Amino acid sequence: MAEIRNYTLNFGPQHPAAHGVLRLILEIDGEVIERADPHIGLLHRGTEKLVESKPYNQSIGYMDRLDYVSMMCNEHAYVRAIETMLALEVPERAQYIRVMFDEITRILNHLMWLGTHGLDVGAMSIFLYAFREREKLIDCYEAVSGSRMHATYYRPGGVYRDLPEKMPQYLKNDFRKPKELEAMNKNRQGSLLDFIDDFVKEFPKNIKQYDDLLTDNRIWKQRLVNIGIVSASRAKQLGFTGPMLRGSGVAWDLRKNQPYAVYDKLEFDIPVGATGDSYDRYLVRMEEMRQSNRIIKQCVDWLRENPGSVMSNDKKVAPPKRTEMKDDMESLIHHFKLFTEGYCLPEGEVYCAIEHPKGEFGIYLISDGANKPYRVKIRAPGFVHLAAMDEMAKGHMLSDVVTIIGTQDIVFGEIDR
Amino acid sequence: MQDLKEQLIEEFGEGNIIDAFGELTLTVDVSDIIKSCLKLRDTFLFDTLVDLCGVDYLTYGQSDWDANASSSGFGRGREACGGEDRHEKRFAVAYHLLSVNKNYRLRVKAFVDEAQPMIETVTGIWAAADWYEREAFDLFGILFENHTDLRRILTDYGFVGHPLRKDFPMIGEVEMRYDEELGRVVYEPVSIEPNVNVPKVIRE
Repeated sequence: MAEIRNYTLNFGPQHPAAHGVLRLILEIDGEVIERADPHIGLLHRGTEKLVESKPYNQSIGYMDRLDYVSMMCNEHAYVRAIETMLALEVPERAQYIRVMFDEITRILNHLMWLGTHGLDVGAMSIFLYAFREREKLIDCYEAVSGSRMHATYYRPGGVYRDLPEKMPQYLKNDFRKPKELEAMNKNRQGSLLDFIDDFVKEFPKNIKQYDDLLTDNRIWKQRLVNIGIVSASRAKQLGFTGPMLRGSGVAWDLRKNQPYAVYDKLEFDIPVGATGDSYDRYLVRMEEMRQSNRIIKQCVDWLRENPGSVMSNDKKVAPPKRTEMKDDMESLIHHFKLFTEGYCLPEGEVYCAIEHPKGEFGIYLISDGANKPYRVKIRAPGFVHLAAMDEMAKGHMLSDVVTIIGTQDIVFGEIDR
Repeated sequence: MQDLKEQLIEEFGEGNIIDAFGELTLTVDVSDIIKSCLKLRDTFLFDTLVDLCGVDYLTYGQSDWDANASSSGFGRGREACGGEDRHEKRFAVAYHLLSVNKNYRLRVKAFVDEAQPMIETVTGIWAAADWYEREAFDLFGILFENHTDLRRILTDYGFVGHPLRKDFPMIGEVEMRYDEELGRVVYEPVSIEPNVNVPKVIRE
């Protein structure tokens, strides 16, 4: 009889299904996974070290680059940590704008996840549909911050600026017929809020489309049902948060359980799974998109009714207006101080977490009273999820590893930091 | 949270609890870490370890220059000055615990000596600690006793040093390039100069 040996297979770091730069060392017996050893750190940029060397405001941009598919949520955790330490009041309008963009970000993230997860498992077309909607939301990012991805829009004390009165439109060029152009600009005639409102109206129909494509799809179910089951107690033990924990049936959501910003004033539900397999997590995330849509609608309505300031009045933290600087010396000094030295935080430490689309994203900030953080630890949800790869993949087939990577919603920007 | 605070004071003593910014911090002795963590998990129902990380207190409270400098003006001096050592031990391990059942949080801190940066692993109590401890070992060189797989995690294969320690230079120690003649990648000492654009200042 021939000798039977286990294979060691190197998966990645250059593999389209590895969601970036994941290197997995898989020990397989035939096609069954015996052991999975993820090697991470190939995208390590030393964010935590870099943040230590810069004044607080200069590091907001680094937060965008952590989980680069849910940029503004990362910023939210960081600015909230600073605000907690300064005991800074944030205007309500800014809070609503933040919540609205957090939820837009959640949809952005889940659409990205849905598209790539589908692609990994073999459903090509869902990717195209998901990216169709993503484009619109990224346009919202661009309209509000000037950048399509790395927004740096949230600032300690509020947000960088108020929502624009006019949604940018597509321009005429030689390749677009006038009729086409008109159709493209149809929902861009009003303000950004009108555009978002229009998106909110259309989006449930689009989710229905994804639903039709996948939810009862036989192949989709064969690839997802009963793959990577994690029980509720095990999920807690492994430190899971977010959809990974809710997929296992634990109704835990920081937006409900430890509300921040204005989540306590909004109505939404928390979906939970039953069996804790990949299919449940898929259903949870789909429902989260619907709930996010609900929240966005409530925010849009509130924001229409309540104009006001979007930045704190504390001149030690918030920059003065350009016009004030022209004839007020105090403002000029504040501006100069703020953009050279920055501001100092009181001595102490704080851990600030938000419900990020992937789970609990936390910033552990230690200040020694200086204008730079003494230590910043970024608690990335993906890190713990990926750590459970071995446990989740054991006993499954090689092709299921790809499903599990997909269902964990892994992004290396935050894991490797 | 007040209930929790009272219970913790009863269990661990008032001197070990700090209540600041609406968060509770419990300081425990390195030798007691397992005992305390088991108690926290089983009687206080902290079922989730949210985060574990190392902290290096080497330059804590030291600014790059004296904020009340004289009229002779500032130099570009980057000599750290004006800090008394506020921490007896150089390193700390910070654990962030969460109770999903009871809906409260707690931070546990254990200070570790520089000469012997060792602490017992908590992987047996919360499985999530596995990679976090590897990370703390990688970035700070804190050793976790009885950890079954204490390898580096974030840095490169064959990396030397612990990059998040305060005495590790921001620019790193080596740089890498492909050598045409040798036909392989070579490591050389860094050629760039350290640069501080904004000095660290501590103001009241």
